[in-house]
Amino acid sequence: MREYWHSVVLEKDYCNGCTHCLDRCPTQAIRIIDGKARIIQDRCIDCGECLRVCPYHAKGALVSSIDTLNNYKYTVALPSISFYGQFSEEYDTNKVYNALLKLGFDEVYDTAHAAEILAVYEKAMVEKEHYNKPLISTYCPVITRLIQIKYPALIDHIIKLEAPMEIAARHVRKRLIQEGYTSDEIGIIYISPCPAKITSIKNPIGIDKSSIDEAVSTEEIYYKVMKIIDKVTDIKPIQCSTGKGIGWARVGGQSYAMEIDDYIAVDGIDEVIKVLESMEIGKLNSLDFFEGYACVNGCVGGPLNVENTFIGKNRVRKLTKKYGMDEPVTIDIELIPENMEWDTPIKPMPIFKLDTDFKRALEKMAKIEEYTQILPGINCGACGAPNCRVLAEDIVSGNAKLEDCVLLKNQPKG
Amino acid sequence: MNTYMKNESNVAMKLHYDISKDDFSRAGEASSKIKNMLRQLAIEANILRRIAIATYEAEINLVIHSLGGTIDVYIKPDCIEIYVEDVGPGIENIELAMTKGFSTATAVAREMGFGAGMGLPNMEKVSDEFIIESTIGVGTQIKMVVTY
Repeated sequence: MREYWHSVVLEKDYCNGCTHCLDRCPTQAIRIIDGKARIIQDRCIDCGECLRVCPYHAKGALVSSIDTLNNYKYTVALPSISFYGQFSEEYDTNKVYNALLKLGFDEVYDTAHAAEILAVYEKAMVEKEHYNKPLISTYCPVITRLIQIKYPALIDHIIKLEAPMEIAARHVRKRLIQEGYTSDEIGIIYISPCPAKITSIKNPIGIDKSSIDEAVSTEEIYYKVMKIIDKVTDIKPIQCSTGKGIGWARVGGQSYAMEIDDYIAVDGIDEVIKVLESMEIGKLNSLDFFEGYACVNGCVGGPLNVENTFIGKNRVRKLTKKYGMDEPVTIDIELIPENMEWDTPIKPMPIFKLDTDFKRALEKMAKIEEYTQILPGINCGACGAPNCRVLAEDIVSGNAKLEDCVLLKNQPKG
Repeated sequence: MNTYMKNESNVAMKLHYDISKDDFSRAGEASSKIKNMLRQLAIEANILRRIAIATYEAEINLVIHSLGGTIDVYIKPDCIEIYVEDVGPGIENIELAMTKGFSTATAVAREMGFGAGMGLPNMEKVSDEFIIESTIGVGTQIKMVVTY
Protein backbone atom coordinates (compact mmCIF):
# COMPACT_ATOMS: atom_id res chain seq x y z
CA MET A 1 0.00 0.00 0.00
CA ARG A 2 1.29 3.44 -0.83
CA GLU A 3 2.08 5.86 1.95
CA TYR A 4 -1.01 7.80 2.91
CA TRP A 5 -0.42 11.50 2.62
CA HIS A 6 -2.34 13.78 4.98
CA SER A 7 -2.98 17.46 4.97
CA VAL A 8 -3.71 17.67 8.69
CA VAL A 9 -0.45 17.98 10.61
CA LEU A 10 0.69 18.74 14.09
CA GLU A 11 3.00 21.62 14.85
CA LYS A 12 4.71 20.10 17.86
CA ASP A 13 6.14 23.30 19.32
CA TYR A 14 2.68 24.69 19.97
CA CYS A 15 1.16 21.52 21.42
CA ASN A 16 1.05 21.50 25.20
CA GLY A 17 -0.43 18.03 25.48
CA CYS A 18 -3.91 19.03 26.56
CA THR A 19 -6.69 16.63 25.64
CA HIS A 20 -9.04 18.83 23.60
CA CYS A 21 -8.35 17.13 20.29
CA LEU A 22 -8.31 13.59 21.72
CA ASP A 23 -11.96 13.60 22.50
CA ARG A 24 -13.08 15.41 19.34
CA CYS A 25 -11.46 13.04 16.87
CA PRO A 26 -14.25 10.94 15.31
CA THR A 27 -11.92 8.07 14.38
CA GLN A 28 -9.86 8.02 17.59
CA ALA A 29 -6.76 8.85 15.56
CA ILE A 30 -5.00 10.95 18.18
CA ARG A 31 -2.85 9.87 21.12
CA ILE A 32 -0.81 12.04 23.45
CA ILE A 33 2.64 10.59 23.88
CA ASP A 34 5.37 12.29 25.91
CA GLY A 35 3.23 15.37 26.28
CA LYS A 36 2.58 15.90 22.57
CA ALA A 37 -0.36 14.92 20.42
CA ARG A 38 0.34 12.43 17.64
CA ILE A 39 -1.88 11.58 14.71
CA ILE A 40 -2.17 7.94 13.70
CA GLN A 41 -1.94 8.36 9.94
CA ASP A 42 -4.01 5.32 8.98
CA ARG A 43 -6.96 6.50 11.01
CA CYS A 44 -7.00 10.20 10.11
CA ILE A 45 -9.76 11.21 7.68
CA ASP A 46 -8.66 14.87 7.49
CA CYS A 47 -11.91 16.21 8.88
CA GLY A 48 -10.05 19.03 10.61
CA GLU A 49 -12.00 18.78 13.88
CA CYS A 50 -8.72 18.80 15.84
CA LEU A 51 -7.56 21.85 13.92
CA ARG A 52 -10.73 23.67 14.83
CA VAL A 53 -10.73 22.73 18.49
CA CYS A 54 -7.03 23.21 19.34
CA PRO A 55 -6.71 26.24 21.65
CA TYR A 56 -2.98 26.55 20.86
CA HIS A 57 -3.29 26.36 17.08
CA ALA A 58 -0.90 23.44 17.12
CA LYS A 59 -2.72 21.69 14.29
CA GLY A 60 -2.32 22.90 10.77
CA ALA A 61 -2.97 21.97 7.18
CA LEU A 62 -0.21 21.33 4.68
CA VAL A 63 -0.89 23.73 1.82
CA SER A 64 1.12 25.42 -0.87
CA SER A 65 1.63 29.16 -0.74
CA ILE A 66 0.82 31.52 -3.58
CA ASP A 67 4.53 31.63 -4.48
CA THR A 68 3.90 28.33 -6.23
CA LEU A 69 2.52 30.32 -9.17
CA ASN A 70 6.15 30.89 -10.23
CA ASN A 71 6.56 27.17 -10.86
CA TYR A 72 4.23 27.11 -13.86
CA LYS A 73 4.02 28.82 -17.22
CA TYR A 74 0.22 29.11 -17.10
CA THR A 75 -1.77 29.06 -13.87
CA VAL A 76 -5.47 28.55 -13.28
CA ALA A 77 -7.25 29.37 -10.03
CA LEU A 78 -10.14 27.14 -8.98
CA PRO A 79 -11.74 28.93 -6.05
CA SER A 80 -13.79 26.58 -3.86
CA ILE A 81 -17.52 27.21 -4.13
CA SER A 82 -17.58 28.39 -0.52
CA PHE A 83 -15.22 31.21 -1.60
CA TYR A 84 -18.45 32.93 -2.62
CA GLY A 85 -19.46 33.23 1.02
CA GLN A 86 -16.21 34.78 2.27
CA PHE A 87 -16.65 38.30 0.95
CA SER A 88 -19.19 40.87 2.08
CA GLU A 89 -21.83 42.06 -0.36
CA GLU A 90 -19.95 45.19 -1.37
CA TYR A 91 -17.46 42.98 -3.20
CA ASP A 92 -19.06 41.47 -6.25
CA THR A 93 -17.88 37.90 -6.88
CA ASN A 94 -16.76 38.77 -10.37
CA LYS A 95 -14.60 41.53 -8.94
CA VAL A 96 -13.13 39.07 -6.43
CA TYR A 97 -12.29 36.71 -9.31
CA ASN A 98 -10.62 39.56 -11.18
CA ALA A 99 -8.57 40.28 -8.06
CA LEU A 100 -7.23 36.72 -8.34
CA LEU A 101 -5.94 37.58 -11.81
CA LYS A 102 -4.22 40.60 -10.35
CA LEU A 103 -2.59 38.34 -7.75
CA GLY A 104 -0.87 36.53 -10.60
CA PHE A 105 -3.19 33.78 -11.80
CA ASP A 106 -3.48 33.66 -15.59
CA GLU A 107 -7.04 32.37 -15.49
CA VAL A 108 -9.87 31.86 -12.99
CA TYR A 109 -12.47 29.16 -13.48
CA ASP A 110 -15.79 29.39 -11.61
CA THR A 111 -15.93 26.01 -9.85
CA ALA A 112 -19.62 26.55 -9.07
CA HIS A 113 -20.29 26.31 -12.81
CA ALA A 114 -18.84 22.80 -12.85
CA ALA A 115 -21.13 21.99 -9.90
CA GLU A 116 -24.30 23.08 -11.67
CA ILE A 117 -23.37 20.98 -14.71
CA LEU A 118 -22.59 18.02 -12.46
CA ALA A 119 -26.01 18.42 -10.83
CA VAL A 120 -27.67 17.76 -14.19
CA TYR A 121 -25.66 14.57 -14.69
CA GLU A 122 -26.12 13.49 -11.09
CA LYS A 123 -29.89 14.00 -11.17
CA ALA A 124 -30.15 11.58 -14.08
CA MET A 125 -28.18 8.99 -12.10
CA VAL A 126 -30.24 9.39 -8.93
CA GLU A 127 -33.48 9.05 -10.86
CA LYS A 128 -32.47 5.71 -12.34
CA GLU A 129 -33.75 2.59 -10.65
CA HIS A 130 -31.06 1.61 -8.25
CA TYR A 131 -30.70 -1.23 -5.76
CA ASN A 132 -28.45 0.62 -3.39
CA LYS A 133 -30.57 3.56 -2.37
CA PRO A 134 -29.91 5.97 -0.85
CA LEU A 135 -27.01 7.02 -3.01
CA ILE A 136 -24.32 8.81 -1.04
CA SER A 137 -22.69 12.01 -2.28
CA THR A 138 -18.91 12.10 -2.63
CA TYR A 139 -18.71 15.89 -2.45
CA CYS A 140 -17.28 15.92 1.08
CA PRO A 141 -14.19 13.68 0.92
CA VAL A 142 -14.22 13.20 4.70
CA ILE A 143 -17.47 11.27 4.46
CA THR A 144 -16.15 9.02 1.70
CA ARG A 145 -13.04 8.25 3.78
CA LEU A 146 -15.17 7.63 6.84
CA ILE A 147 -17.24 5.09 4.91
CA GLN A 148 -14.07 3.41 3.67
CA ILE A 149 -12.71 2.91 7.16
CA LYS A 150 -15.86 2.36 9.20
CA TYR A 151 -18.88 1.54 7.03
CA PRO A 152 -17.60 -0.67 4.20
CA ALA A 153 -21.09 -2.14 3.70
CA LEU A 154 -22.12 1.31 2.44
CA ILE A 155 -19.43 1.56 -0.24
CA ASP A 156 -21.93 0.26 -2.81
CA HIS A 157 -24.15 3.24 -2.02
CA ILE A 158 -21.50 5.80 -2.96
CA ILE A 159 -22.35 7.62 -6.18
CA LYS A 160 -19.07 7.40 -8.03
CA LEU A 161 -18.91 10.97 -9.27
CA GLU A 162 -16.12 13.49 -9.26
CA ALA A 163 -16.21 16.64 -7.17
CA PRO A 164 -16.86 19.87 -9.10
CA MET A 165 -13.23 20.99 -8.64
CA GLU A 166 -12.00 17.86 -10.37
CA ILE A 167 -14.48 18.17 -13.24
CA ALA A 168 -13.44 21.80 -13.71
CA ALA A 169 -9.75 20.91 -13.61
CA ARG A 170 -10.11 18.10 -16.18
CA HIS A 171 -12.04 20.39 -18.48
CA VAL A 172 -9.58 23.27 -18.25
CA ARG A 173 -6.53 21.05 -18.58
CA LYS A 174 -7.92 19.39 -21.70
CA ARG A 175 -8.57 22.78 -23.28
CA LEU A 176 -5.12 24.13 -22.42
CA ILE A 177 -3.43 21.08 -23.88
CA GLN A 178 -5.42 21.58 -27.08
CA GLU A 179 -4.18 25.16 -27.07
CA GLY A 180 -0.61 23.87 -27.10
CA TYR A 181 0.54 23.85 -23.48
CA THR A 182 2.33 20.79 -22.18
CA SER A 183 0.89 19.26 -19.01
CA ASP A 184 3.95 20.35 -16.97
CA GLU A 185 3.51 23.97 -17.94
CA ILE A 186 -0.02 24.09 -16.56
CA GLY A 187 -0.59 24.77 -12.87
CA ILE A 188 -4.19 24.24 -11.74
CA ILE A 189 -4.47 25.54 -8.19
CA TYR A 190 -7.46 24.90 -5.95
CA ILE A 191 -8.28 27.49 -3.30
CA SER A 192 -9.32 25.17 -0.51
CA PRO A 193 -11.66 25.61 2.44
CA CYS A 194 -10.44 22.46 4.20
CA PRO A 195 -7.59 19.98 4.60
CA ALA A 196 -9.70 17.08 3.32
CA LYS A 197 -9.98 18.55 -0.17
CA ILE A 198 -6.22 19.00 -0.20
CA THR A 199 -5.68 15.39 0.81
CA SER A 200 -8.09 14.28 -1.90
CA ILE A 201 -5.97 16.09 -4.48
CA LYS A 202 -2.74 14.42 -3.32
CA ASN A 203 -4.40 11.10 -2.49
CA PRO A 204 -7.51 10.85 -4.62
CA ILE A 205 -10.24 8.23 -4.17
CA GLY A 206 -11.80 6.73 -7.30
CA ILE A 207 -9.16 8.00 -9.73
CA ASP A 208 -5.41 7.45 -10.03
CA LYS A 209 -4.30 11.03 -10.29
CA SER A 210 -5.98 14.35 -9.70
CA SER A 211 -6.06 16.93 -12.50
CA ILE A 212 -5.36 19.59 -9.89
CA ASP A 213 -1.71 20.32 -9.23
CA GLU A 214 -1.76 22.06 -5.88
CA ALA A 215 -3.95 23.72 -3.30
CA VAL A 216 -3.64 26.98 -1.45
CA SER A 217 -5.79 27.95 1.53
CA THR A 218 -8.78 30.25 1.31
CA GLU A 219 -7.33 32.05 4.32
CA GLU A 220 -4.11 33.04 2.56
CA ILE A 221 -5.83 34.13 -0.64
CA TYR A 222 -8.59 36.03 1.17
CA TYR A 223 -6.19 38.42 2.89
CA LYS A 224 -4.19 38.92 -0.30
CA VAL A 225 -7.38 39.69 -2.23
CA MET A 226 -8.60 42.15 0.41
CA LYS A 227 -5.35 44.12 0.13
CA ILE A 228 -5.75 44.79 -3.58
CA ILE A 229 -9.46 44.52 -4.30
CA ASP A 230 -10.08 48.27 -4.26
CA LYS A 231 -7.45 48.70 -6.95
CA VAL A 232 -9.07 46.18 -9.30
CA THR A 233 -10.42 48.11 -12.27
CA ASP A 234 -9.96 45.90 -15.29
CA ILE A 235 -13.05 43.70 -15.05
CA LYS A 236 -13.35 40.59 -17.22
CA PRO A 237 -16.49 38.44 -17.08
CA ILE A 238 -15.49 35.30 -15.14
CA GLN A 239 -18.29 34.50 -12.71
CA CYS A 240 -20.75 32.41 -14.70
CA SER A 241 -22.61 30.06 -12.34
CA THR A 242 -26.30 30.38 -11.59
CA GLY A 243 -27.60 30.00 -8.04
CA LYS A 244 -27.77 26.24 -8.54
CA GLY A 245 -24.00 25.87 -8.57
CA ILE A 246 -23.34 28.49 -5.89
CA GLY A 247 -25.70 26.69 -3.49
CA TRP A 248 -23.28 23.75 -3.27
CA ALA A 249 -21.30 25.87 -0.80
CA ARG A 250 -23.82 25.02 1.89
CA VAL A 251 -25.49 21.87 3.15
CA GLY A 252 -28.46 20.88 1.00
CA GLY A 253 -27.34 22.89 -2.01
CA GLN A 254 -26.45 19.83 -4.00
CA SER A 255 -29.89 18.29 -3.59
CA TYR A 256 -31.61 21.63 -4.31
CA ALA A 257 -29.63 21.90 -7.52
CA MET A 258 -30.78 18.41 -8.54
CA GLU A 259 -34.39 19.26 -7.69
CA ILE A 260 -34.95 15.92 -6.00
CA ASP A 261 -37.39 15.25 -3.19
CA ASP A 262 -36.38 12.22 -1.16
CA TYR A 263 -33.05 13.26 0.29
CA ILE A 264 -31.47 14.22 3.55
CA ALA A 265 -28.66 16.73 3.88
CA VAL A 266 -26.69 16.43 7.09
CA ASP A 267 -23.89 18.59 8.45
CA GLY A 268 -21.44 18.10 11.32
CA ILE A 269 -19.40 14.92 11.59
CA ASP A 270 -21.21 13.57 14.68
CA GLU A 271 -24.62 13.89 13.03
CA VAL A 272 -23.29 12.26 9.87
CA ILE A 273 -22.03 9.32 11.92
CA LYS A 274 -25.48 8.84 13.47
CA VAL A 275 -27.06 8.81 10.04
CA LEU A 276 -24.50 6.35 8.64
CA GLU A 277 -25.13 4.06 11.62
CA SER A 278 -28.83 3.90 10.78
CA MET A 279 -28.19 3.65 7.08
CA GLU A 280 -25.97 0.64 7.77
CA ILE A 281 -28.89 -1.22 9.34
CA GLY A 282 -31.18 -0.34 6.44
CA LYS A 283 -33.28 2.28 8.20
CA LEU A 284 -32.98 4.86 5.44
CA ASN A 285 -33.67 2.76 2.36
CA SER A 286 -36.65 4.85 1.35
CA LEU A 287 -34.41 7.83 0.57
CA ASP A 288 -32.94 8.49 -2.87
CA PHE A 289 -29.97 10.57 -1.83
CA PHE A 290 -27.80 11.52 1.09
CA GLU A 291 -25.39 14.43 1.22
CA GLY A 292 -23.26 14.62 4.34
CA TYR A 293 -20.63 17.12 5.43
CA ALA A 294 -18.03 16.96 8.17
CA CYS A 295 -18.37 20.69 8.74
CA VAL A 296 -21.32 22.53 10.24
CA ASN A 297 -23.36 24.10 7.39
CA GLY A 298 -21.31 22.27 4.76
CA CYS A 299 -18.29 23.69 2.94
CA VAL A 300 -18.84 27.25 4.18
CA GLY A 301 -17.87 25.80 7.58
CA GLY A 302 -14.49 24.60 6.32
CA PRO A 303 -11.66 25.16 8.83
CA LEU A 304 -9.51 27.03 6.28
CA ASN A 305 -12.25 29.55 5.51
CA VAL A 306 -12.17 33.00 7.03
CA GLU A 307 -15.78 33.91 7.60
CA ASN A 308 -18.02 32.55 10.36
CA THR A 309 -19.90 29.58 8.93
CA PHE A 310 -23.36 31.04 9.61
CA ILE A 311 -22.51 34.38 8.04
CA GLY A 312 -21.05 32.52 5.09
CA LYS A 313 -24.17 30.40 4.78
CA ASN A 314 -26.41 33.46 4.78
CA ARG A 315 -24.32 35.12 2.08
CA VAL A 316 -24.45 32.02 -0.05
CA ARG A 317 -28.22 31.89 0.35
CA LYS A 318 -28.51 35.48 -0.83
CA LEU A 319 -26.14 34.90 -3.72
CA THR A 320 -28.12 31.89 -4.95
CA LYS A 321 -31.10 34.25 -5.18
CA LYS A 322 -29.09 36.99 -6.86
CA TYR A 323 -27.72 34.68 -9.55
CA GLY A 324 -31.02 32.84 -9.81
CA MET A 325 -32.21 29.31 -9.07
CA ASP A 326 -34.31 29.16 -12.24
CA GLU A 327 -31.78 30.50 -14.71
CA PRO A 328 -30.87 28.08 -17.50
CA VAL A 329 -27.57 26.25 -16.97
CA THR A 330 -25.14 26.40 -19.89
CA ILE A 331 -23.90 22.86 -20.44
CA ASP A 332 -20.44 23.50 -21.88
CA ILE A 333 -18.84 20.37 -20.44
CA GLU A 334 -20.04 17.26 -22.22
CA LEU A 335 -22.16 15.03 -19.96
CA ILE A 336 -20.19 11.82 -20.46
CA PRO A 337 -18.70 9.41 -17.90
CA GLU A 338 -15.08 10.32 -18.68
CA ASN A 339 -15.79 13.91 -17.69
CA MET A 340 -17.90 13.18 -14.63
CA GLU A 341 -17.22 9.79 -13.07
CA TRP A 342 -14.65 7.90 -11.05
CA ASP A 343 -13.03 5.04 -12.88
CA THR A 344 -11.33 3.03 -10.14
CA PRO A 345 -13.16 1.07 -7.44
CA ILE A 346 -13.44 2.39 -3.88
CA LYS A 347 -11.75 -0.03 -1.55
CA PRO A 348 -12.58 -0.58 2.11
CA MET A 349 -9.83 0.40 4.57
CA PRO A 350 -10.95 -1.49 7.67
CA ILE A 351 -8.53 0.07 10.15
CA PHE A 352 -10.61 -0.88 13.16
CA LYS A 353 -10.00 -4.59 12.66
CA LEU A 354 -7.88 -6.01 15.44
CA ASP A 355 -6.34 -8.63 13.20
CA THR A 356 -6.82 -9.98 9.71
CA ASP A 357 -7.10 -13.46 11.18
CA PHE A 358 -10.46 -14.10 12.81
CA LYS A 359 -9.10 -16.33 15.56
CA ARG A 360 -6.37 -13.91 16.55
CA ALA A 361 -8.83 -11.02 16.41
CA LEU A 362 -11.07 -12.92 18.81
CA GLU A 363 -8.19 -13.53 21.23
CA LYS A 364 -7.35 -9.85 21.16
CA MET A 365 -10.98 -8.94 21.70
CA ALA A 366 -11.12 -11.16 24.78
CA LYS A 367 -8.03 -9.46 26.19
CA ILE A 368 -9.45 -6.01 25.46
CA GLU A 369 -12.56 -6.96 27.41
CA GLU A 370 -10.37 -8.05 30.32
CA TYR A 371 -8.42 -4.79 30.39
CA THR A 372 -11.59 -2.75 30.00
CA GLN A 373 -12.89 -4.35 33.19
CA ILE A 374 -9.70 -3.42 35.06
CA LEU A 375 -9.54 0.19 33.84
CA PRO A 376 -11.54 2.81 35.79
CA GLY A 377 -13.87 3.70 32.88
CA ILE A 378 -13.94 7.43 33.51
CA ASN A 379 -12.37 8.22 30.13
CA CYS A 380 -10.19 11.04 31.48
CA GLY A 381 -7.66 10.92 28.67
CA ALA A 382 -4.70 11.40 31.02
CA CYS A 383 -3.04 8.25 29.67
CA GLY A 384 -3.00 9.81 26.21
CA ALA A 385 -5.75 7.66 24.70
CA PRO A 386 -9.20 9.16 24.13
CA ASN A 387 -10.94 6.70 26.48
CA CYS A 388 -10.38 3.59 28.59
CA ARG A 389 -11.59 1.23 25.87
CA VAL A 390 -9.10 2.63 23.35
CA LEU A 391 -6.31 2.35 25.96
CA ALA A 392 -7.27 -1.32 26.36
CA GLU A 393 -7.00 -1.74 22.59
CA ASP A 394 -3.63 0.01 22.56
CA ILE A 395 -2.35 -2.24 25.35
CA VAL A 396 -3.41 -5.36 23.43
CA SER A 397 -1.81 -4.11 20.22
CA GLY A 398 1.41 -3.42 22.15
CA ASN A 399 1.28 0.36 21.84
CA ALA A 400 0.57 1.14 25.49
CA LYS A 401 0.92 -0.30 28.97
CA LEU A 402 -1.57 -0.75 31.78
CA GLU A 403 0.68 1.51 33.89
CA ASP A 404 -0.13 4.36 31.51
CA CYS A 405 -3.40 4.66 33.40
CA VAL A 406 -2.80 7.47 35.88
CA LEU A 407 -5.56 6.35 38.22
CA LEU A 408 -4.41 2.74 38.45
CA LYS A 409 -0.82 3.82 39.00
CA ASN A 410 -1.74 6.08 41.90
CA GLN A 411 -3.98 3.52 43.57
CA PRO A 412 -2.76 2.60 47.04
CA LYS A 413 -1.25 -0.90 46.99
CA GLY A 414 -2.91 -3.80 48.80
CA MET B 1 -38.92 -27.92 12.64
CA ASN B 2 -36.01 -27.14 14.96
CA THR B 3 -36.79 -26.08 18.46
CA TYR B 4 -35.26 -23.20 20.36
CA MET B 5 -32.19 -24.28 22.24
CA LYS B 6 -28.86 -22.58 22.93
CA ASN B 7 -26.01 -24.37 21.19
CA GLU B 8 -23.09 -24.18 23.60
CA SER B 9 -20.55 -25.96 21.43
CA ASN B 10 -17.61 -24.11 19.91
CA VAL B 11 -18.39 -20.73 21.43
CA ALA B 12 -15.35 -18.46 21.10
CA MET B 13 -16.88 -15.50 22.88
CA LYS B 14 -20.19 -14.62 24.49
CA LEU B 15 -21.79 -11.20 24.75
CA HIS B 16 -24.74 -10.61 27.04
CA TYR B 17 -27.10 -7.63 27.19
CA ASP B 18 -30.11 -6.88 29.38
CA ILE B 19 -32.82 -4.83 27.71
CA SER B 20 -35.42 -2.90 29.72
CA LYS B 21 -38.98 -2.37 28.55
CA ASP B 22 -40.07 1.08 27.35
CA ASP B 23 -36.52 2.42 27.59
CA PHE B 24 -36.77 4.29 24.29
CA SER B 25 -33.87 6.64 24.97
CA ARG B 26 -31.51 3.68 25.26
CA ALA B 27 -33.09 1.60 22.49
CA GLY B 28 -30.43 0.66 19.97
CA GLU B 29 -27.52 0.95 22.36
CA ALA B 30 -26.91 -2.76 22.85
CA SER B 31 -27.07 -3.52 19.13
CA SER B 32 -24.73 -0.61 18.46
CA LYS B 33 -22.24 -2.02 20.97
CA ILE B 34 -22.50 -5.45 19.35
CA LYS B 35 -21.93 -3.91 15.93
CA ASN B 36 -18.88 -1.96 17.05
CA MET B 37 -17.34 -5.01 18.68
CA LEU B 38 -17.92 -7.21 15.65
CA ARG B 39 -16.50 -4.47 13.42
CA GLN B 40 -13.18 -5.04 15.17
CA LEU B 41 -13.20 -8.74 14.36
CA ALA B 42 -12.31 -9.74 10.85
CA ILE B 43 -15.96 -10.20 9.83
CA GLU B 44 -17.01 -9.31 6.29
CA ALA B 45 -18.96 -6.07 5.89
CA ASN B 46 -22.23 -7.54 4.65
CA ILE B 47 -22.31 -10.24 7.33
CA LEU B 48 -21.74 -7.52 9.91
CA ARG B 49 -24.59 -5.55 8.44
CA ARG B 50 -26.97 -8.52 8.70
CA ILE B 51 -26.04 -9.13 12.32
CA ALA B 52 -26.50 -5.44 13.05
CA ILE B 53 -30.00 -5.50 11.56
CA ALA B 54 -30.95 -8.71 13.42
CA THR B 55 -29.80 -7.42 16.81
CA TYR B 56 -31.23 -3.93 16.31
CA GLU B 57 -34.70 -5.20 15.42
CA ALA B 58 -34.61 -7.69 18.30
CA GLU B 59 -33.62 -4.97 20.73
CA ILE B 60 -36.38 -2.64 19.57
CA ASN B 61 -38.92 -5.47 19.90
CA LEU B 62 -37.86 -6.08 23.48
CA VAL B 63 -38.22 -2.39 24.29
CA ILE B 64 -41.65 -1.91 22.74
CA HIS B 65 -43.34 -5.28 23.30
CA SER B 66 -41.79 -7.14 26.25
CA LEU B 67 -41.57 -6.63 29.98
CA GLY B 68 -37.80 -6.85 29.62
CA GLY B 69 -35.42 -9.39 28.16
CA THR B 70 -31.94 -10.41 27.15
CA ILE B 71 -29.83 -10.64 24.01
CA ASP B 72 -27.00 -13.16 23.97
CA VAL B 73 -24.54 -13.24 21.13
CA TYR B 74 -22.39 -16.32 20.63
CA ILE B 75 -19.40 -15.68 18.43
CA LYS B 76 -18.28 -18.91 16.78
CA PRO B 77 -15.59 -19.72 14.22
CA ASP B 78 -18.12 -20.20 11.42
CA CYS B 79 -21.17 -18.21 12.49
CA ILE B 80 -22.78 -15.80 14.91
CA GLU B 81 -25.73 -17.03 16.95
CA ILE B 82 -28.12 -14.53 18.50
CA TYR B 83 -30.49 -15.59 21.28
CA VAL B 84 -33.30 -13.25 22.27
CA GLU B 85 -35.42 -14.10 25.29
CA ASP B 86 -38.10 -12.06 26.98
CA VAL B 87 -40.70 -12.10 29.67
CA GLY B 88 -43.88 -10.70 28.24
CA PRO B 89 -47.27 -11.15 26.69
CA GLY B 90 -46.07 -13.67 24.09
CA ILE B 91 -47.23 -13.69 20.46
CA GLU B 92 -50.74 -14.94 19.77
CA ASN B 93 -50.37 -15.74 16.12
CA ILE B 94 -46.75 -16.12 15.02
CA GLU B 95 -47.60 -16.45 11.35
CA LEU B 96 -49.48 -13.16 11.46
CA ALA B 97 -46.67 -11.51 13.45
CA MET B 98 -44.22 -12.56 10.74
CA THR B 99 -46.24 -10.71 8.09
CA LYS B 100 -44.74 -7.52 6.74
CA GLY B 101 -46.52 -4.47 8.08
CA PHE B 102 -48.36 -6.26 10.88
CA SER B 103 -47.77 -4.63 14.24
CA THR B 104 -49.30 -4.52 17.72
CA ALA B 105 -47.08 -1.62 18.80
CA THR B 106 -48.73 1.01 21.01
CA ALA B 107 -49.54 4.51 19.82
CA VAL B 108 -46.64 5.81 21.92
CA ALA B 109 -44.16 3.50 20.21
CA ARG B 110 -45.54 4.45 16.80
CA GLU B 111 -45.20 8.13 17.57
CA MET B 112 -41.52 7.50 18.21
CA GLY B 113 -41.14 5.99 14.77
CA PHE B 114 -41.26 2.34 15.80
CA GLY B 115 -43.86 -0.31 15.08
CA ALA B 116 -43.78 -0.36 11.28
CA GLY B 117 -44.37 -4.09 11.35
CA MET B 118 -41.03 -4.88 9.75
CA GLY B 119 -39.10 -6.10 12.80
CA LEU B 120 -39.68 -9.85 12.68
CA PRO B 121 -39.76 -10.06 8.85
CA ASN B 122 -36.43 -8.22 8.70
CA MET B 123 -34.92 -10.49 11.34
CA GLU B 124 -35.95 -13.55 9.39
CA LYS B 125 -34.72 -12.06 6.13
CA VAL B 126 -31.17 -11.46 7.36
CA SER B 127 -30.82 -14.80 9.20
CA ASP B 128 -29.62 -18.08 7.71
CA GLU B 129 -31.52 -19.87 10.46
CA PHE B 130 -34.48 -18.39 12.31
CA ILE B 131 -36.43 -20.03 15.12
CA ILE B 132 -39.21 -18.34 17.05
CA GLU B 133 -41.19 -19.80 19.93
CA SER B 134 -43.73 -18.03 22.05
CA THR B 135 -46.03 -18.84 24.96
CA ILE B 136 -48.97 -16.58 25.71
CA GLY B 137 -48.55 -14.80 29.00
CA VAL B 138 -45.01 -16.13 29.44
CA GLY B 139 -42.71 -14.76 26.76
CA THR B 140 -40.94 -15.21 23.45
CA GLN B 141 -37.66 -16.81 22.43
CA ILE B 142 -35.86 -16.26 19.14
CA LYS B 143 -32.74 -17.85 17.77
CA MET B 144 -31.01 -16.33 14.75
CA VAL B 145 -27.91 -17.66 13.04
CA VAL B 146 -25.84 -15.72 10.55
CA THR B 147 -23.20 -17.87 8.86
CA TYR B 148 -20.02 -16.30 7.49
